[in-house]
Amino acid sequence: MDTTPLLEIDNLTKIFTTSRGIFGQGEVCALDGVSFSLPGDRPTLLTMVGESGSGKTTIARSILGLERPSSGEIRYKGKNIRKMKPREWEDYRRQVQVVFQDPYGTYNPFYKIERVLQVVIRKFHMSTGKGQEMEMIEEALKAVELRPKDIIGRYPHQLSGGERQRVMLARIYLLRPQLIIADEPVSMIDVSLRATFLNILLNFKQDYGMSCIFITHDLAVGFYLGGQIVILCQGRIVEAGNMDVVVRDPRHPYSQVLIASVPPPNPRNRWQDDGRPMKYGELRRSADLIRGCIYRSRCPQAMPRCSEAPPPLIDLGDDHQVACYLYH
Amino acid sequence: MNLLEIRDMRVYYRTTRGDYRVVDGVTFDVKPDEVLGIAGESGCGKSTLVEGLLRLVVPPGHIESGEVVAPLLAKDAGGNSDLLSLSEEEFRRIRWQQISYIPQGSMNSLNPVMKIEDQIIDAIQVHQPMPKAVAQRHVAGLLQTVGLSPEVAKLYPHELSGGMKQRVIIAASIALKPRLIIADEPTTALDVTIQKMVLQTLMRVKEQLDCTIIVVSHDMPVHAQIADRLVIMYAGQVMEIGEIDDIFNDPFHPYTQGLISTIPALGRERTRLHGIPGVSPSPSELPPGCRFHPRCEKAMTACHSVEPALREIRPGRFVACHWCDEMLR
Repeated sequence: MDTTPLLEIDNLTKIFTTSRGIFGQGEVCALDGVSFSLPGDRPTLLTMVGESGSGKTTIARSILGLERPSSGEIRYKGKNIRKMKPREWEDYRRQVQVVFQDPYGTYNPFYKIERVLQVVIRKFHMSTGKGQEMEMIEEALKAVELRPKDIIGRYPHQLSGGERQRVMLARIYLLRPQLIIADEPVSMIDVSLRATFLNILLNFKQDYGMSCIFITHDLAVGFYLGGQIVILCQGRIVEAGNMDVVVRDPRHPYSQVLIASVPPPNPRNRWQDDGRPMKYGELRRSADLIRGCIYRSRCPQAMPRCSEAPPPLIDLGDDHQVACYLYH
Repeated sequence: MNLLEIRDMRVYYRTTRGDYRVVDGVTFDVKPDEVLGIAGESGCGKSTLVEGLLRLVVPPGHIESGEVVAPLLAKDAGGNSDLLSLSEEEFRRIRWQQISYIPQGSMNSLNPVMKIEDQIIDAIQVHQPMPKAVAQRHVAGLLQTVGLSPEVAKLYPHELSGGMKQRVIIAASIALKPRLIIADEPTTALDVTIQKMVLQTLMRVKEQLDCTIIVVSHDMPVHAQIADRLVIMYAGQVMEIGEIDDIFNDPFHPYTQGLISTIPALGRERTRLHGIPGVSPSPSELPPGCRFHPRCEKAMTACHSVEPALREIRPGRFVACHWCDEMLR
């Protein structure tokens, strides 16, 4: 059995230079030495959780080739994506597909919605004629629980956000990629429409072996998908592993705060107000490269060691890793 | 005595294609000192409802009909206690002093070239002129109430994070000790750790000021955490009203049941969630009878043609549903 990972993110670092007004150039380190991988022998759902400034979108864009790493590598089936020949790259772009957050911005409003499906079929020469093309479109729409007659012939603005996101999944169904990069795909659609989208992702994994990197700030949605989790904080991984293991026993102080901040949807399980003054809990994006642990300025358990060098990711066993000196 | 009695509120948008009935016959009460949640998905009319209450609807929208009776708030308005029929001047006095409003995305509306302190003082001076030094002390106190250091007063908005800005907005909204605060999607677009802080700030503010809060949000877990009662809206109308525990643990209306069962929860046993099939109707193409019937698995014959009335099916529990009427009578 081939054990080459499907996707490897190897020490990925991305630094953006920004102009800071009249004071000249500054730097923002969006990603700092991020490493993780997806196995090659089984389809995997990996949820990347992080708040704003965590770098999760930068990772997505880097995988899609929309950002060039400052250092580090991204390898697909063992091959560095920046060193692929044109043929290999084209193949890569077919095997790795994306669903973006905004169901409104993805579509050209002048074209009927099915055009995105037609383009795929025609570009990859998937059909022998208009008749078969329409059959394929209908099959793809049914696979994402849409009724063809409700969708075909309509313009994007005539569909709901949830329907538009599912048409994106229909497009993915046609392409049968190995990997889906989903960047906050349900954040902008109504709550009652989210479950359908998420279930399709689960079905795609089960029925067609598609892996998925699911980026979200909503931990509850990620939990529903199960699989693996990576928690990002200001460009670094602080904790990773099996979703159930990490959520039920978070070790990193940041993970603990994150999980405790998710509002339980149950009035019988309310947050208790301890009356303590609320600390300014946000992490400001720093313009300098941080020495030491990314969370040390907010961490109630920070030790002197935490200011010296960033803690490495330690394996706790049981598919659970954490980057924190508390566990050294 | 209720704080607000909203009766048959309708806000329509008049277009060349006919009326968009965005709020179409909404009735409920707001009790003093409660946290009332208004929940519903995009397009249900909850934000427009609030704009209607505050008389902030702009053309082509207009208040088609309705009454907002508020005897406790309209004390000085010469015997007339329907907020919608007060003169513009009389209502202006109530707005901000008695009722303050935190609109959706308001933290992005802070004036970038004014210090925080000056912006809040501006708002105060319009309604309650006072010497600048007094106002500055007042602002420092307000900032502390929302858990911000008084130094924030001298900062500019770009120097604050999203959560800090949202708390500044809350501070400004309580400057005149209002009787009622209406917050529209106060936690949307904020990081989850900041959401919790903002919600806890709102709760502390409520306790300190002894006021009433209306929270509009599509985010059901937010209501679970802070609301006492919940109003569920769909396609411009009220589907269900009840105590928060009842709504979450024993929802009556099929739409409410669908909403509750579709919420993913952390740590819960993993079973397949089901969304509600179909989509909400556009306000210009409303189905006959019950607006939810095309998506409802409990739909009966009457639902296709007769609009169900909002009925008090148990004390304090209101439902607009023929099936519920049948099952629960």
